[in-house]
Amino acid sequence: MRRIISVLMENEPGALSRIIGLFSQRGYNLDSLCVAPIDDSSLSRLTITTAGDDKVIEQITKQVNKLIDVLKISDITDGSHIERELMLIKVATRSETVRAEVKRTVDIYRGQVVDVTPKTYTIELTGTSDKLDSFVQTMGLTAEIVELSRTGVCGLARGEKSMRP
Amino acid sequence: MGERQVEMMSGAAMVVRALKDIGVKHVFGYPGGAVLDIYDALYAQEEVQHILVRHEQAAAHMADGYARATGQTGTVLVTSGPGATNTITGIATAYMDSIPMVVLSGQVPSMHIGEDAFQETDMVGCSRPIVKHSFLVKRAIDIPDAIAKAYYIANTGRPGPVVVDLPKDVVNVQESHPYHFPEKVQMRSYNPTIKGHMGQIKKALKTLLEARRPIMYVGGGAIACDASSLVTELAEKLHLPVTNTLMGLGAFPGTHDQCLGMLGMHGTLQANKSMHNADCILALGARFDDRVTNNVQKFCPHATIIHVDIDPASISKTVNAHIPVVGSIKTVLTQFFEQMHEIDENERKEQLADWWEQIHAWRNRQCLNYQRSDELIKPQQVIESLYKHTGGDAYVSSDVGQHQMFAALYYPFAKPRRWINSGGLGTMGFGLPAAMGAQFAHPESVVACVTGDGSIQMNIQELSTCLQYGLPIKVISLNNRALGMVRQWQDMIYKGRHSHSYMESLPDFVKLAEAYGHIGIKVEKPEELDEAMARCFAAKDRLVFMDIAVDQNEHVYPMQIKYGAMDDMRLSKTERT
Repeated sequence: MRRIISVLMENEPGALSRIIGLFSQRGYNLDSLCVAPIDDSSLSRLTITTAGDDKVIEQITKQVNKLIDVLKISDITDGSHIERELMLIKVATRSETVRAEVKRTVDIYRGQVVDVTPKTYTIELTGTSDKLDSFVQTMGLTAEIVELSRTGVCGLARGEKSMRP
Repeated sequence: MGERQVEMMSGAAMVVRALKDIGVKHVFGYPGGAVLDIYDALYAQEEVQHILVRHEQAAAHMADGYARATGQTGTVLVTSGPGATNTITGIATAYMDSIPMVVLSGQVPSMHIGEDAFQETDMVGCSRPIVKHSFLVKRAIDIPDAIAKAYYIANTGRPGPVVVDLPKDVVNVQESHPYHFPEKVQMRSYNPTIKGHMGQIKKALKTLLEARRPIMYVGGGAIACDASSLVTELAEKLHLPVTNTLMGLGAFPGTHDQCLGMLGMHGTLQANKSMHNADCILALGARFDDRVTNNVQKFCPHATIIHVDIDPASISKTVNAHIPVVGSIKTVLTQFFEQMHEIDENERKEQLADWWEQIHAWRNRQCLNYQRSDELIKPQQVIESLYKHTGGDAYVSSDVGQHQMFAALYYPFAKPRRWINSGGLGTMGFGLPAAMGAQFAHPESVVACVTGDGSIQMNIQELSTCLQYGLPIKVISLNNRALGMVRQWQDMIYKGRHSHSYMESLPDFVKLAEAYGHIGIKVEKPEELDEAMARCFAAKDRLVFMDIAVDQNEHVYPMQIKYGAMDDMRLSKTERT
């Protein structure tokens, strides 16, 4: 089952490599990883999407928590949560009809065209991974996808729950 | 004002000073370019004794043996590149067995990191999967803090090895910096749970007291936190049978009436049978390793499992625990006693009478009996003789293979920290240097290294270090002219096809020992064994190398049958359970 795990850890050099190393060392899935410092810049927050049965997820949580640099860990898929992913996607728009069709699709998905050249549009789109997948699929039917980059999922629990040091 | 004057010193001096402030007495190491400054700082002082090894892997095993024999963190000092990578096997060995160790490794100067400089290797990266934590120190003023944290992390919670990588410019003797040693180490991200959850403890106790067929399964975790006396007290109070893991030998006395011996792949019949038939297993600091459980699907089908461990990740990793308790064994057992009401001894005995009767029946099959011979020395017999000549009270290290299992089965350890072996990683070459570490820790005690003709050659160069420091270790080498355990498996599984498991052109070990300045004794006949062993232990101040020719065809039994339950075992070449 797909899981989203949030980790609060020391913003130290090498800390991230311990997380990534742990996943490969113990054979866990690492589908996406999104990481940046938080308001207290001595800390980083990671969002990991992974997959596994309950036993595997329990081990992942425990093993990650065991790393000395890790302060907190929480499986946000345990409860109601918000998840978002950002994608930048460049598509070839060689004709007027393609441009119009691309623009319409972008509007439907509530994306934005953030860069334009005579032959390409670069689109920014935010949403759940599902929505981004669907957009990529739809766009592929209309225009040639030149390249794309996705951030991986980041997420927070809904309501007043929080993960602070 | 009472402000203390801040001392100024170089990074190298800080390393040595921090070791003193921590109370480190012995450092096992080998010098080289990147650590010359630190070696210079070691030169002009006497509080920290440096032991010059012959190979860095051995330095790590010595620090490891030292830690196992004392509970104190072992210290290693090596140079960058090959010096550092040579310690990797030693670090992995300590990691698998949760042994507290700090490895100080030199590194090329910071400005050359990443340039593939001479003797550069990414030690923090290389060691990452096999350390509890690691530090790359970037500024000299951070040295005391990093070293204090390293020792704190290594020997709290579930112990383990920590690497501190020290670039050459950071320890430069030409520069001076203020030295601040932290009075107390605190880390917001690291707070191991020591005390058990009271609700879980009550639940565990209730289950344990109601059980009709309970057993205690005690591992290395009980030794790590020095909980042996509490383990024994609990077992006696509740009249429980106890089995020790390979790492837990001595945690509960092997000489005790209630001890069933080791469990697992080469465990005793009574231990494995009792586990399999138990209705309640109290696991203390053990990790349900595959060498214990055999097939986890068939593992102890009737038991409610209470698992006490300081590492939550060890609980329900391979076998699901019904009642998990996270905490130090010592603290949790103390909590057990606080919660326990007056126990009526006779009532307990009566409640477990049937169970003990059954256990005695298994015990009476005497699974450790073996066929004696007039012509060939049996390896089991050597261990029995060793036991006799050391009064069962020696520090015994072992290498890995048949001799290790024979020692584990035929030398009942009455005390913790006496049995020193590489349980998790199974590192050949561990025995001799580990014995040396134990001998440094206990110079007045008898230290024996049980080894074989294969294993001993993996770190035999340390015989030279033994001479330098006058270590009177007794090397008991079971020479079967083969890699015994490999050969046993080839006999059992590969129809006797002995692919690369025999040793042609073995050295003359007696002459080799003599060349290194020690005493060598060759024993070839059963009737010579006792007298030779007596001579060996009479040479109190000398290292004696006993080259004992043992029966090449002997197998270690009992042995679990692969894919079976715990108690599916072979008892000899012809008998099964």
